[in-house]
Amino acid sequence: MGAANTDKYKSDGSAAGGLLEWVDARFPLLSLWNDHLAKYYAPKNFNFWYFFGSLAILVLVLQIVTGIFLTMHYKPDAALNASGIPAAFASVEYIMRDVPWGWLIRYMHSTGASAFFIVVYLHMFRGMLYGSYRNPRELIWIFGVLIFLLLMAEAFLGYLLPWGQLSYWGAQVIVNMFTAIPVIGPDFALLLRGDYVVSDATLNRFFALHVVAIPLALIGLVAAHIMALHEVGSNNPDGIEIKKKKGPDGIPLDGIPFHPYYSVKDLVGAVVFLMVFAIVIFFMPEGGGYFLEYNNFFPADPLVTPSHIAPLWYFSPYYSILRANTVNFFWIDAKLWGVIFMGLGVMIFFFLPWLDRSPVKSIRYRGPLFKGALAIFVACFIILGVLGTMPATPGLTMIAQVCSIIYFAFFLLMPIYTSLDRCKAEPERVTGK
Amino acid sequence: MSCDDKVDCGRRRLLVATATVGGVAGVATAIPFVSTFAPSERAKSAGAPVEADISKLAPGQMMTVEWRGKPVWIIHRTKEMLDNLTKLDDKMADPKSNRLMQPGYAKNEYRSIKPEYLVAIGICTHLGCSPTEKFTTGAESGVTADWQGGFFCPCHGSIFDLAGRVYKSMPAPDNLEIPPHVYLSDAKILIGEDKKGA
Repeated sequence: MGAANTDKYKSDGSAAGGLLEWVDARFPLLSLWNDHLAKYYAPKNFNFWYFFGSLAILVLVLQIVTGIFLTMHYKPDAALNASGIPAAFASVEYIMRDVPWGWLIRYMHSTGASAFFIVVYLHMFRGMLYGSYRNPRELIWIFGVLIFLLLMAEAFLGYLLPWGQLSYWGAQVIVNMFTAIPVIGPDFALLLRGDYVVSDATLNRFFALHVVAIPLALIGLVAAHIMALHEVGSNNPDGIEIKKKKGPDGIPLDGIPFHPYYSVKDLVGAVVFLMVFAIVIFFMPEGGGYFLEYNNFFPADPLVTPSHIAPLWYFSPYYSILRANTVNFFWIDAKLWGVIFMGLGVMIFFFLPWLDRSPVKSIRYRGPLFKGALAIFVACFIILGVLGTMPATPGLTMIAQVCSIIYFAFFLLMPIYTSLDRCKAEPERVTGK
Repeated sequence: MSCDDKVDCGRRRLLVATATVGGVAGVATAIPFVSTFAPSERAKSAGAPVEADISKLAPGQMMTVEWRGKPVWIIHRTKEMLDNLTKLDDKMADPKSNRLMQPGYAKNEYRSIKPEYLVAIGICTHLGCSPTEKFTTGAESGVTADWQGGFFCPCHGSIFDLAGRVYKSMPAPDNLEIPPHVYLSDAKILIGEDKKGA
C-alpha cells in the first residue's frame, strides 16, 4: 500500500495537534486514514447496489456485539435440568423471558443472521451485474467467496446452539453428509461430532467454533477483502477502470474521496437498513417461520425427527440441489452425488473470474446472451430456494433437477456464451446515470 | 539448491535442516489438538447394552428404546405383515440383505432372529433422520396406493418396508441397520450385545 507516500503529521502547536504528531510518529495513523478513507478515490457513479458492502460490515459488527452479550447468559449444555429440559434450550428461553431486554438482543442476533445473508447475496449479485470479479479484482472475489463459505459455516454452527428439534436434526443431517465421502467419511463425521450421535460434545465444540474460531477467521478475511479492494480500486456500474484517466495531480478524474462522499452516502444506507431491521425485530422477529423455524421451539429429542424438516431460507437453494440427486450413476450412490453437487454449487463461484470471457465487465454493455443467462440463473436460484423449504414430492423433485442443471449450466457454458455475445462499446469515462 | 559465490551453502543447509525439524515439531504439536476432536473415553464408554421387555408388545405394535443415543425399534410383526415382505423383493434395493447392515444371524428373509420381532436402528441410512411409522396399508397411508406398510423418512422421502429394507431409487443407499442383539428370555432382548451374560 501507499503508506510511504504520506508525510508524517506535523503539529500546528495546539495540544491536540501535539498528541496527533506524537502518535503518528509511532503508528501509521495518518497514512491509514488517507489510504482507506480520505484519499481513497472511489468512482463517482456508485448506485444503490453499492450500499451492500458497507451494510455487510455493519451487520458483522451487530452480530459480534449481540453475540458477546448472548454468551454472557447462554449455556452450551445438553444435559437435562431439574424440569427435564436441556440446559442449552432452557438458557435461550431464560434470555428471552428473564434477562432484561434479553429478547431484543437475541432477536437482533437471530434476525441478524438472515439480514447478513440478504445483504451478502445482494452484494454478490452486484458483483455479477457489474463484473466486479474480473481482472484485476479476482483476489477480492476469492476472499469474498471464502467469506461466504465461512458465513455458511458460522450460521450452521450457531443454529445448533438453541438445541431445539431443528437444531438437532439439522446438525445430524449436515454432519452425516460427510459420511458420504468414501473411506474417510464416517471417521471424519465422528471427529466433527465427537460422539456417535450429535450430543453434548458436539454442542460444546460448535459453540467454541461459533463464538471464537470462525468469527476470528471472518474478521481476518474481511480485512484481506478490503485491503485487496483498496489496492486495485473499486469497480463501478460502468465496469471501466477510472485509474486509466488521471488528472495532472495523479487523482482519477472520475474518482471522489471515500470520506466524506461515500461515508455519508453509506450512512444513509445504514439508517434505512436499520429502520427496516428494527421493524422486523419488533413486529415479525420469526419472519413467518423463515428466520426462526417453529419446530425449533421444541427441545431437541434424539428419538423423534420432526415430520417436516427444512433448512433456514439462506441454505435452501443448496439443500434443493442436494435433494435433487436421486439417481445412482458411475458406481457412486446418489447420496454422494448430492453432497458433491451441493459443494460444487458453492465452490464454482471461485472460478467465475476465469469463466467469464466477455470483452466488457458491466451488464450495461453486455449483449442479450449474458443478460438472459443471468436472469434465468437468478430465477432458478430463487425457485431452488423456495423448493428447499417444501417437502419433496416427485413433481417438485423434477423441477429442482431442471433448476439444478440450469444452475451449473450458467457457469459451465459461460466461456461460450460470453465470447459469442454481442456487446456494446464501453464509454471512455463513467456515465452520470 | 544452486551454490554460487553469493550463497553460503553450509548455512543454507543448516537453515533447511532447522526448518525441517521445526516443521516436524509443528505437525507433532498439531496431533494432540486434532485428537481432542475424537470421542472422549466417557463418550466411548456410554455405549452400554440396554435391555428391552417385549412381553407387553402386541402384534402389529412397535416400541422404541434408546441405545447409544439412537432410537432402536422393536416391531412385533403379524403373520400378514411377514407374508407381504417376500412379495416386495423386486421393489427393494437390496432384497437379500447382501450389504453389511446386519449381524450374520439377521441376514435372512425377515432380517431378524425370531421372524415376528424386528429389532432395527431407527435412523435413516441417508442422512440420519428417524423415519416415521406408516403401518396403515394402501392409499390411506399417504405413501403409495399399493403400500404394504413400513417407514417413511420425513427428511428426504426414503421409504422402507417392515423388515427395514430400503426401496429402490431412494436417497438412502442401504437398509436400516440391525444392531447386535440377543434374546435373554422370551420376554427380554438385550440390545448392543450378541452373547448372553456378557
